[in-house]
Amino acid sequence: MKSDIELINSEGKRLDGRGPEDLRKIKIEAGVLHRADGSCSIEWGGNKILVAVYGPREAVPRHCQNPLRAIVQARYNMAAFSVEDRKRPGPDRRSVEISKVISEALEKVILTEQFPRATVDVNIEVLDAEAGTRCAGLTAAGVALVDAGIPLRDIPVACAAGKIGGRVVLDLGKEEDNFGDADLPIAISPRTGEVLLLQMDGHLTLDEFNQAYDLAVKGCQQVSEMQKKAITHKYQAIVAEVE
Amino acid sequence: MSTDGRQIVIPSQELGDTKTHKSGRGTFVERGKIYSERIGFLNIQGDMIHVVPITGRYDPTPGDFVIGIVEEASTSNWMVDINAPYPALLHVNEVPWEIDFGDTEKYLNKGDTILAKVLQVDESKKLQITLNDRNLFKIKGGHIIDVEASKVPRIIGKKGSMIALIKKYTRCRIFVGQNGRIWIDGDPEGIENALQAINKIQTEALSFGLTNRIEELLKKDAKDVR
Repeated sequence: MKSDIELINSEGKRLDGRGPEDLRKIKIEAGVLHRADGSCSIEWGGNKILVAVYGPREAVPRHCQNPLRAIVQARYNMAAFSVEDRKRPGPDRRSVEISKVISEALEKVILTEQFPRATVDVNIEVLDAEAGTRCAGLTAAGVALVDAGIPLRDIPVACAAGKIGGRVVLDLGKEEDNFGDADLPIAISPRTGEVLLLQMDGHLTLDEFNQAYDLAVKGCQQVSEMQKKAITHKYQAIVAEVE
Repeated sequence: MSTDGRQIVIPSQELGDTKTHKSGRGTFVERGKIYSERIGFLNIQGDMIHVVPITGRYDPTPGDFVIGIVEEASTSNWMVDINAPYPALLHVNEVPWEIDFGDTEKYLNKGDTILAKVLQVDESKKLQITLNDRNLFKIKGGHIIDVEASKVPRIIGKKGSMIALIKKYTRCRIFVGQNGRIWIDGDPEGIENALQAINKIQTEALSFGLTNRIEELLKKDAKDVR
C-alpha cells in the first residue's frame, strides 16, 4: 500500500518519535485475575491484552486427549471494541490462524509430557489493538503460564521487526504496519534462542530478512527481561507487604 | 532475588551442573545443566536441587490424605474429584463397607464428601484412592473451604504446629487435605475465627514469623482456651 506519509525521516525518527531500534512502551503485570489459575495483563504501546490460563485439567471431549502428553489450547480473540471500526465478534479466519500458531508455540515450551490426557487452556483477550497483538499476546501468555505454576522449559517471548520507508526497524506501530513494506513477527525461547513462531507479511530481500530477524531477536531479549521483572515483582510484593 | 535466605527462582533459571548436583523435584536437565521448570523457592538438600512450588495445581502422590467430592457413582466404583488435573477412581474393594453389585449409590452418592488416601498414581496419571485406612470416613456436616494446594504446608506448619494452634484456640475439628481442601467443624464462632486465621496464612504464606502473628490474632478472638 502506498501513501504520502513519511514513515521514517532522514534522521531515522519515526512517526511516534522512536528511533529505528526502539520498542514501544511496555507494561506487564502478572496475576491480575482471581478466578484463573494464572493471568497477566500487558500494555504494549496502544495494545491492551488480558491473558488467563486454566489447567492443567482433563481435556474434553475425550477424543481430543493425547494419551502421552497434554494438549495446549490457546484462544486468541479480539474484542468488538478493540479496533476503530467495530469488529464483528467471534472467531474469524485471522484469529483462528493466530490461535493455532500461538498454541503450537506454547506447546514447545510447556513440559506437556508431565500431564497426559490433560489440556492447558490459554485465553488471550485483545481489548485494545494497535499492531503487534500476536506478539504481545504470546508474551503475556508466557507470564500467565508462569503465574499458573505450569512446568516450563522456558518463558516464551515475542517481538516483531519490519521494513518501513526502505529501512529495517523494530516493533512496528499501527501506521507502520498498515503502510509499511514488511512485518516479521517472531517468538523465541530466550534461553536457547530457538524459534517458536515466525511469520512474514510483505517482501524482504535475504539481507533485509537476516537484519530484521536479528533485530527482532534483540527486541525479544529486551522484552524477556521485562517479563522476568514482572514475575519476580509480583511474588516479591507479596513478601514485602507483610514485612 | 533472595528474601532472607529463601531464594525465589523462575522457570528456565540455571540452578547448577549435573557434575556436582542432582536434579530433584521442579527441575529439568538440558545439556548437563539443571534448570528450574517453575516459579518457586530454591531448596538444596545435599547434592539434590529441588524447587518448591509457590503456585500451581495439586500434584497427587501416593499416601497423600485428600478431601474428595464424589462426582459419579457407577456399578462398581465412584469417580471422585480431588482437585487434581484428573478425577480419581474409588473402587468398591477400597471402601470399608460390604457393597452388593450395583448398590454403590446407597453408600456414596454424587455430591458426598469423603476423606480419602491416594492409593496409586500410574504413569498415565490414572489416580486411585482408598477409604481403607484408619481415620478415613465420609464427611457429614461442617464446612469445606478451598485453598491453594501450594499453601497447605504453611497451614499445617512445622510438625503440625500451625494447625494445632488453630485447633487449640478455635475448638474446631479441622482436617487439612493435601489437595488444598480444608474441612472445619465446630461452633459458628470458632469456624469464623479459624477461617480468618487460614485466610491470613494464605495471604502471608511467603513471610517469616507467621506462627507468632497467627497466635496473636487467635488469642485476641478466643474467649476461653482449653
